[in-house]
Amino acid sequence: MSDALLVVEGLTKRFGGFTALSDISLSIQPGERLGLIGPNGSGKSTFTNCISGTLPIDAGSVTLDGRRLDGLPPHQRTRLGLARSFQLPRPFGSLTVAENLRVPMLYAGRGGTDTEAELLEMVGLGGKALQRPGDLTQVEMRKLELARAMAASPRLLVADEAMAGLSNSEVDEILALLLRLNAQGVTIVLIEHIMRAVMAFSQRLVCLVAGRKIADGDPQDVIRNDDVLKAYLGE
Amino acid sequence: MSNLRFWASGLLLVLVGWLLGRLVSNEYAFFAGYSVLQYILLATAWNILGGYAGYVNFGTAAFFALGAYVSVALNKLYAPPLPVLIVAGGVASGLVGLLMGSLTLKLRGVFFSIATLALAIVSQAVITNWEFVGGASGAYVLRPRQGPLGGSYIEYLFYTMLVMAVAAVALARTIERSRFGYGLAAIRDDEAAAEASGVPTLKLKLLATVASGTLMGMAGAPLPFYVAYLDPPSAFNLAYAVNTIAMPLVGGTGTWIGPVLGAILLTVVQETAMVTISSAANLLIVGLLMVGFITLAPNGIVGMVRKIREGRR
Repeated sequence: MSDALLVVEGLTKRFGGFTALSDISLSIQPGERLGLIGPNGSGKSTFTNCISGTLPIDAGSVTLDGRRLDGLPPHQRTRLGLARSFQLPRPFGSLTVAENLRVPMLYAGRGGTDTEAELLEMVGLGGKALQRPGDLTQVEMRKLELARAMAASPRLLVADEAMAGLSNSEVDEILALLLRLNAQGVTIVLIEHIMRAVMAFSQRLVCLVAGRKIADGDPQDVIRNDDVLKAYLGE
Repeated sequence: MSNLRFWASGLLLVLVGWLLGRLVSNEYAFFAGYSVLQYILLATAWNILGGYAGYVNFGTAAFFALGAYVSVALNKLYAPPLPVLIVAGGVASGLVGLLMGSLTLKLRGVFFSIATLALAIVSQAVITNWEFVGGASGAYVLRPRQGPLGGSYIEYLFYTMLVMAVAAVALARTIERSRFGYGLAAIRDDEAAAEASGVPTLKLKLLATVASGTLMGMAGAPLPFYVAYLDPPSAFNLAYAVNTIAMPLVGGTGTWIGPVLGAILLTVVQETAMVTISSAANLLIVGLLMVGFITLAPNGIVGMVRKIREGRR
């Protein structure tokens, strides 16, 4: 699969004597919608931090569009087209909503034609440009988090639990937003616990358990996989 | 304020300062004016790193005194004109900022601040033991009677500081509204999120430290001529570090006008107290004002004004 957008090979991450991720290999095709699931503590967020460069990896490699990312700091990976959103929204609190988008546009925007206003309109924050993030609701904060990641005009977006703690209708809003982004050509990795959303979104599903990849394939097959059921429901 | 109006006001300020200087015959006015301008420059310099990027520097005295001592040393060697001393002081302090930054900026928040405090202590020890610049017993610097533009030398120092202060404020304002400024604001608010947004955090912090250190060194370069006698306890005086932190806090960090307002308010209050109450009341007053502002108006004068304006709407 030489035309894959992201190739992860043999990724291993240890914290002292604890192996958080063990020999993970994964490749993602351009335009794909990939769901990443796993019980709490299975290594999903560590995986996000490892490919985005926040944590150094102990073994293996991460390649984006043929380019090795190993050792590059996070800001360079963002500029190369790998953006991530944070599990708990981390807005720039002293800047306005519009300025929150201006930062990645100034530093990582790769000639995209979207303006701040267009992007805010797309995620449904049209009237909020001049407000501070502190005045936003939870769901608006999640939208801002995604919009800021999008402002770096990424080719691959890793959305780390963008829906956790939201109500049913809010989950649908974010889901629709992610599908819209994907339709515009952005490859998306969705890390999520809410199975309804994951199943509706994903074309392919990967399951991590205790730092190992135990399943990878069609979502319907993966959720019927014995190992996956065992991990979630016990023996 | 629009760009045109800002630059026009800056130029006007320099002109008015010069004209006023021509009318004033009292030397004390220049001494007091110099002190206000010096603190505007120092507070603005501190704010570039402390206010914009959120990295608190306790080592103002080190950068400032280094500029002053580079002046003493060069003056002893061949007595170049003041602008040369200012450039040399700025370069020296900028280099120290670069060195210190590359060693400590990987530390976040409070650890960086502790490192700056250490720098101040170490550099004072070095200067105290450097005999060429007077060591512990200090150095006398002969202040020329006449400035090169006519008028007394103190008058000349005052104009020099006026130009530097206005230029520094203009620089700070330019940074604030630039790509660089947005990067620093992102670092201040959330460093991990800044990295994820493509901001090269380490590089920007280093640049801010160098800019801030350079301006502080430039502020210190004319000091030996201003005081005529310079020894380590006065050059590394705690008051410089405390004042340069208090002024932006009182005025409001994060904007160019905050340090200016804070510097004017605090210096005027201190100068008045020195003349009317006692010369020892200075730091007490600064301390009280700082505590008052942090508890009652954490965003300083600028924050207070903004609140009142927003309340009216």
